[in-house]
Amino acid sequence: MNEHLIKEENLVYKKPSTLLDVSMHYCPGCGHGTVHKTLMEVVEELGIESNTIGVAPVGCSVFAYNYMNIDMQQAPHGRACAIATGIRRVMPDKYVFTYQGDGDLAAIGTGETMHAASRGENFFTIFINNGIYGMTSGQMAPTTLEGMKTTTCPRGRDVKTMGYPLYLGPILAQLPGVAYVTRQAVDSVAHVRNLKKAMLKAFEYQKQKLGFCLIEVVSNCPSNLKMTAVQANEFVRNTMIPNYPLGDIKTPEGK
Amino acid sequence: MGEIRLMKGNEALAESMIRSGCDAYFGYPITPQSEVLEYLSNEDPMKRTGMVVLQAESEVAAINMVHGAGGCGKRVMTTSSSPGISLMQEAISYMASAEVPCLIANVMRGGPGLGTIQPSQGDYFQATKGGGHGDYHLIVLAPSTVQEMVNHVRDGFELAEKYRTPVFILADGAIGQMMEKVELFDQIPRKTDAELPQEWATTGRGSRKMRNFITSLNIQPEKMEVINHHLQEKYRTIEKNETRFETYKIEDADYIFTGFGLGARICKKAADMAREKGFKVGVIRPITLYPFPTAVYQKYAGKLKGILDVEMNSGQMVEDVRLAVGDKTRVEFYGRMGGMIPAPDEILEHFEKIFIK
Ligand SMILES: Cc1ncc(C[n+]2csc(CCOP(=O)(O)OP(=O)(O)O)c2C)c(N)n1
Ligand code: SF4
Repeated sequence: MNEHLIKEENLVYKKPSTLLDVSMHYCPGCGHGTVHKTLMEVVEELGIESNTIGVAPVGCSVFAYNYMNIDMQQAPHGRACAIATGIRRVMPDKYVFTYQGDGDLAAIGTGETMHAASRGENFFTIFINNGIYGMTSGQMAPTTLEGMKTTTCPRGRDVKTMGYPLYLGPILAQLPGVAYVTRQAVDSVAHVRNLKKAMLKAFEYQKQKLGFCLIEVVSNCPSNLKMTAVQANEFVRNTMIPNYPLGDIKTPEGK
Repeated sequence: MGEIRLMKGNEALAESMIRSGCDAYFGYPITPQSEVLEYLSNEDPMKRTGMVVLQAESEVAAINMVHGAGGCGKRVMTTSSSPGISLMQEAISYMASAEVPCLIANVMRGGPGLGTIQPSQGDYFQATKGGGHGDYHLIVLAPSTVQEMVNHVRDGFELAEKYRTPVFILADGAIGQMMEKVELFDQIPRKTDAELPQEWATTGRGSRKMRNFITSLNIQPEKMEVINHHLQEKYRTIEKNETRFETYKIEDADYIFTGFGLGARICKKAADMAREKGFKVGVIRPITLYPFPTAVYQKYAGKLKGILDVEMNSGQMVEDVRLAVGDKTRVEFYGRMGGMIPAPDEILEHFEKIFIK
């Protein structure tokens, strides 16, 4: 129909060449797809696809290696930061990142994350905070907010018996080995742009070998929140972000 | 002739690791193998060969660091002792499935639980029958001398890379702690980046058009079964090509003492003592516990009056011996547990009580 309009000079949007041409398994409206695309745009823009190695977690993004055309390893649940340590120590000239959900990073993998950060390992971690366990169908995550309902806190998270939400970003920011901690979101175009800037910085800091960097991304999980994509983003905006305020928590330039 | 030194088993293993061109070691302290990490830290292998040595925060982290570095096609090793090896099992299963080569040594101590720091062979089942979840095997080498601690490291790396599989050295606390004369081989150079396996390793894409990825996930059952068949075929090839064992005074033997590692050394002594008393006893010592040297037992079973299996556990390898010989000959067991080591005269006494009376 309008085929004649599809020309290079008319394009306002394009899939980065670093993303493989396959359809993603993520639910409609899920933030994982947006973060994947943003990350691969950054890798493409920096021209580092041939010397970047990624680590996928156990969680909905376990299949990240099906989409990103860079070398990748899939880690056991929670162990991505240990795998990345192993990679980065023997490949000191490559860019290395992990991509992890909140269950993977802030529950089962807290130890590995904390110690990699404390050693100041030169890789960065993308931490998808969607407040819930996606892959296993909506159980309570360490990031689940007080009062928020999930399948394992159906009456809402009772902090007296289930513990408080864990704010791992600010905790990691205390460690001298950590260069950069920032919290971004993918609920709006403006926020995605900021996320992209943060990713560019994290690659730059890694190049300078400044230490461990963490990019927390406040994201959604429409399927398990039982919301439409639009509602899920409104939930991120109105409920998650007020509890997880966006912005830099620690930068190499100053605290 | 290589350099001769008097060395502790754990230190010999560590020195052999450096000389084998190892790229990285990740470990966590636990008795009776802490000398490995201490020796390496002291040697500063980064200066000697560029080898990375890192004390991890746990065995879980150590084995996953091994996964990461091994997935890059590098020569990588970790060591631990029984409780630490239990912690590593999930990642070992992942590596067996994703075909990540690496070398792991278990310098066994007595269990179950925290048990004792004294030597034991209680982890035979764990090492040879899987250990972690799923359907897999590791190649398992069982050193019985400090010299074999040295040789098995070099051989273990070669086997790991040849078959793209984790390889296991199953030693016990006594082999780790005892001092013996060893001959060391000359330094094998570490692999250059150009020698890393581009067919599968995550080295960074470089000039490749498509990525490499390391995963053990195959969510569709029909695809997973293809992987299962592939792994099983590999294990059959390993069984065919890599079975190793040693025999001692076996040709005229009426009886066989059998055991692995330290147990087999004691069996040799006990066999000599039995011969002095006029009983023709020989020894079979499996060097690979997986693949198990079934054929050598089968070869001699028909002409034997009996086999006495001696282990520092409640009777684990004996199941494989019985499976090998069926009802062709009588198989009896003698073992000590809890970190106790059987003495040759104990074995002889037990042998006479059961077989001679
Ligand atoms: C050792 C182990 N324990 C539990 C699981 C089951 N499991 C798979 S994904 C997951 C949670 C994932 O949640 P999260 O990390 O928040 O990522 P999301 O799916 O939300 O992106 C769990 C518990 C597992 N695969 N392995
Ligand atoms: S379950 Fe949730 S996190 Fe997982 S793909 Fe669906 S929306 Fe995304």
